[in-house]
Amino acid sequence: MTALLSLQSVSKRYGAVQANAGINLVVDPGSIHAILGENGAGKSTLMKLIYGVESPDAGVILWKGQPVNLSSPAEARALGIGMVFQHFSLFETLTVVQNIALIVPGRKTDLARRIRTLGDEFGLNVDPEAMVHALSVGERQRVEIIRCLLLNPELLILDEPTSVLPPQSVARLFETLRALQARGVAILFISHKLEEIKELCDTATILRGGQVTGRVDPRGHSAKDLATLMIGRAMPPPLPATVQAVGEVRLELSGLDFVNDDPFGVSLSDISLRVHSGEIVGIAGISGNGQQELAALISGEVVQPGDMIRMLGHAVGAVGVAQRRKMGFAFVPEERLGRGAVPEMSLADNALLTAHGAGLVQNGFIRRTPERAYTAACIARYDVRTPGPEAEAGALSGGNLQKFIMGREMMLEPKLLLVSQPTWGVDIGAATDIRQRLVAMRNAGAAILVISEELEELFQICDRLHVLHKGHLSPCLPTHATTVEEVGTYMIGAGKSPEVAA
Amino acid sequence: MNAVDFILAGMLAAATPMLLAALGEMVVERSGVLNLGLEGMMALGAALGFITTYTYQSHALGFLAAGLGGAALSLVFALIVLGFVANQVAAGLAIGILGTGLSALFGKSFESLTISGLPKMALPLLSDLPVVAALFVQDVVVWLTIALALSIWAVMNHSKLGLIIRAVGENPHAARAIGFRVLPIRCAAIAFGGALAGIAGAYASTVYTPLWADGMIAGRGWIALALVVFGTWQTGRVVFGAFLFGALSLGELTTQAAGVNIPSQLLACVPYIVTILMLAVISSNRRRMRLNTIASLGQPFEK
Ligand SMILES: Nc1ncnc2c1ncn2[C@@H]1O[C@H](COP(=O)(O)OP(=O)(O)OP(=O)(O)O)[C@@H](O)[C@H]1O
Ligand SMILES: [Mg+2]
Repeated sequence: MTALLSLQSVSKRYGAVQANAGINLVVDPGSIHAILGENGAGKSTLMKLIYGVESPDAGVILWKGQPVNLSSPAEARALGIGMVFQHFSLFETLTVVQNIALIVPGRKTDLARRIRTLGDEFGLNVDPEAMVHALSVGERQRVEIIRCLLLNPELLILDEPTSVLPPQSVARLFETLRALQARGVAILFISHKLEEIKELCDTATILRGGQVTGRVDPRGHSAKDLATLMIGRAMPPPLPATVQAVGEVRLELSGLDFVNDDPFGVSLSDISLRVHSGEIVGIAGISGNGQQELAALISGEVVQPGDMIRMLGHAVGAVGVAQRRKMGFAFVPEERLGRGAVPEMSLADNALLTAHGAGLVQNGFIRRTPERAYTAACIARYDVRTPGPEAEAGALSGGNLQKFIMGREMMLEPKLLLVSQPTWGVDIGAATDIRQRLVAMRNAGAAILVISEELEELFQICDRLHVLHKGHLSPCLPTHATTVEEVGTYMIGAGKSPEVAA
Repeated sequence: MNAVDFILAGMLAAATPMLLAALGEMVVERSGVLNLGLEGMMALGAALGFITTYTYQSHALGFLAAGLGGAALSLVFALIVLGFVANQVAAGLAIGILGTGLSALFGKSFESLTISGLPKMALPLLSDLPVVAALFVQDVVVWLTIALALSIWAVMNHSKLGLIIRAVGENPHAARAIGFRVLPIRCAAIAFGGALAGIAGAYASTVYTPLWADGMIAGRGWIALALVVFGTWQTGRVVFGAFLFGALSLGELTTQAAGVNIPSQLLACVPYIVTILMLAVISSNRRRMRLNTIASLGQPFEK
């Protein structure tokens, strides 16, 4: 059997970074092949070479035994290669069906129908007429996957497709992928969730520092072994669970209503919650149920007068982001590029954007030396893999950018921290590290609100949980007294909340 | 002819040079490129159009020469901003000055010469309506411009080509990632905009006021730029803004002719202020504004 795809000593360098060095890879038809590696190991780069987005500096790519020289994704698609990008390649000002029509031929009405059918078939439901800007990260990912599947690829590349999907959707995605596999489609699958890889994949290639360091059958190894292979050292130990007395209320939402004037957005109704000093409160729920809106209201990106939001002792309804930050509030948004960081700016300047309180600006002028020192400290403390403070934010690998943004906010030592998807796309070594630091901040008295789709993570770090579903918040569930199943029922709206009973 | 008839008869023609240039610039900006050289490209088109029409006695050849001239000048701009990734604002201003200079140079020996304009065509039925009849008697270029506006609207909103242009303007990196060639698309948009700017200039010099005088474009390129921005890159709003401006500027002339006791300088400001205020009000929905703004406008893109 000739391999569907094989790479021979493929290399790619970006400036000073050797992202891929002499990589050999063989993908057989009908195989689900995992690519494992830490943040910055070169996984996305390798996928871009296969999809023709970038071209290799050296090496050969063989497709069904024939050498190919891909100079554009269109050529790759013509061969039968499809790719779902880690940083989505969707256009926010276009609708779902318009985004799909950009690369899938067909009439708009036909496409909309096929999007619906495919959505029903594979559990990837999304409204074809919705504008992409109004979709949550999870929904955008569905759109990307649908866009690929509509082209009937023979090789499907998925760059961290599950990083923002809720558990039910992951299960359905896996069914989809197995169904595709049964039809002979080969899949290249990148994920930092090792259990997923053990469950789904039949081969795993491990990258470290741009080189292949191993090739294993993941079904025959424990997650712990895989992690050790991946990061080249043993995993950090899990967090000790501690219970501590909480302090004063730092964030209080009382009966918060929000009417969304965007027809595709979610309205919030009667949201009440409190976050005290010294505790971590989690908001679970499938993305697209009001998480974006809630985060925007708490962060002050959307201001709504009134005293339904009280922060650090003040009613902040009419107060904007900058004011709230001055009071000791910090915020990590769910979209890293664009909202969390300005891709074209250096890391140092990105640090300055939220850290200007930390003595980096004097009389309106930037103090370059402290700015660099501060950024360098952030890079070192949070193990961000990058050439240095002058690197452009957009050139970082996905997980490293997340580590940087988390680090930037945590270094401000906020009194109140709001984090959306704290470990999205972060490898498990770094994810454990970020979680540990969040817990350390809590132990030191910070009030932390975490919005996440990863139940496992929420159960690990939170003292209490709420579930957000269709703009309604569940009652408070203390983590030690609830179960994944109970939270799961609230997530799909079957919980015993008053709205459902009525 | 009363004042209303005068305005109705003239407003479409008065608006046409601005409208043609603005439609072209709208497409350019939708693809993510800001070309501030509109005034100069119009001036060059005006000179080339006038000279060719005068020499060969053919308006069609005049428009052709103007379109080619405008496109050629815009391609110089494209080379600078796409090829050498230079700052678009500076390059646009430089190209504008170059166009104005070339226009004066070429037109020098044609100063004050005149040619005949184009005959007016009446639209059947519509031109028999009471009160508004005068609106429907216009030259062929006016009708073609309106048809062009409709086609541009259809292409931008309902065709794959339009989607591609918008995608490139919103996020060139993502467009590249899914396989669109950003620079050729932007280059084509720039050339299209340049050709329309040239034709717009030729309309001003060979049809609207068919005589050559240096500097005859007189700021219309800048108004066209303002129309595009305040019309938030929406075809319908740009058309509305252009016609409103055309009507107001004729209204200003009639008011002046009627000897109303308002300083003429003040009166001359009215069309500018009112048009911009109107468009600003129409476009003032903040949410829509964010959606309509072109995310990558003016930003350089390599590869
Ligand atoms: N366009 C670029 N310009 C410069 N450097 C880049 C660029 N893209 C990637 N790199 C660098 O190449 C290295 C590999 O990046 P890549 O995105 O392939 O990592 P990854 O394995 O996908 O990591 P993650 O798990 O965080 O997504 C990183 O050090 C990154 O900073
Ligand atoms: Mg990656």
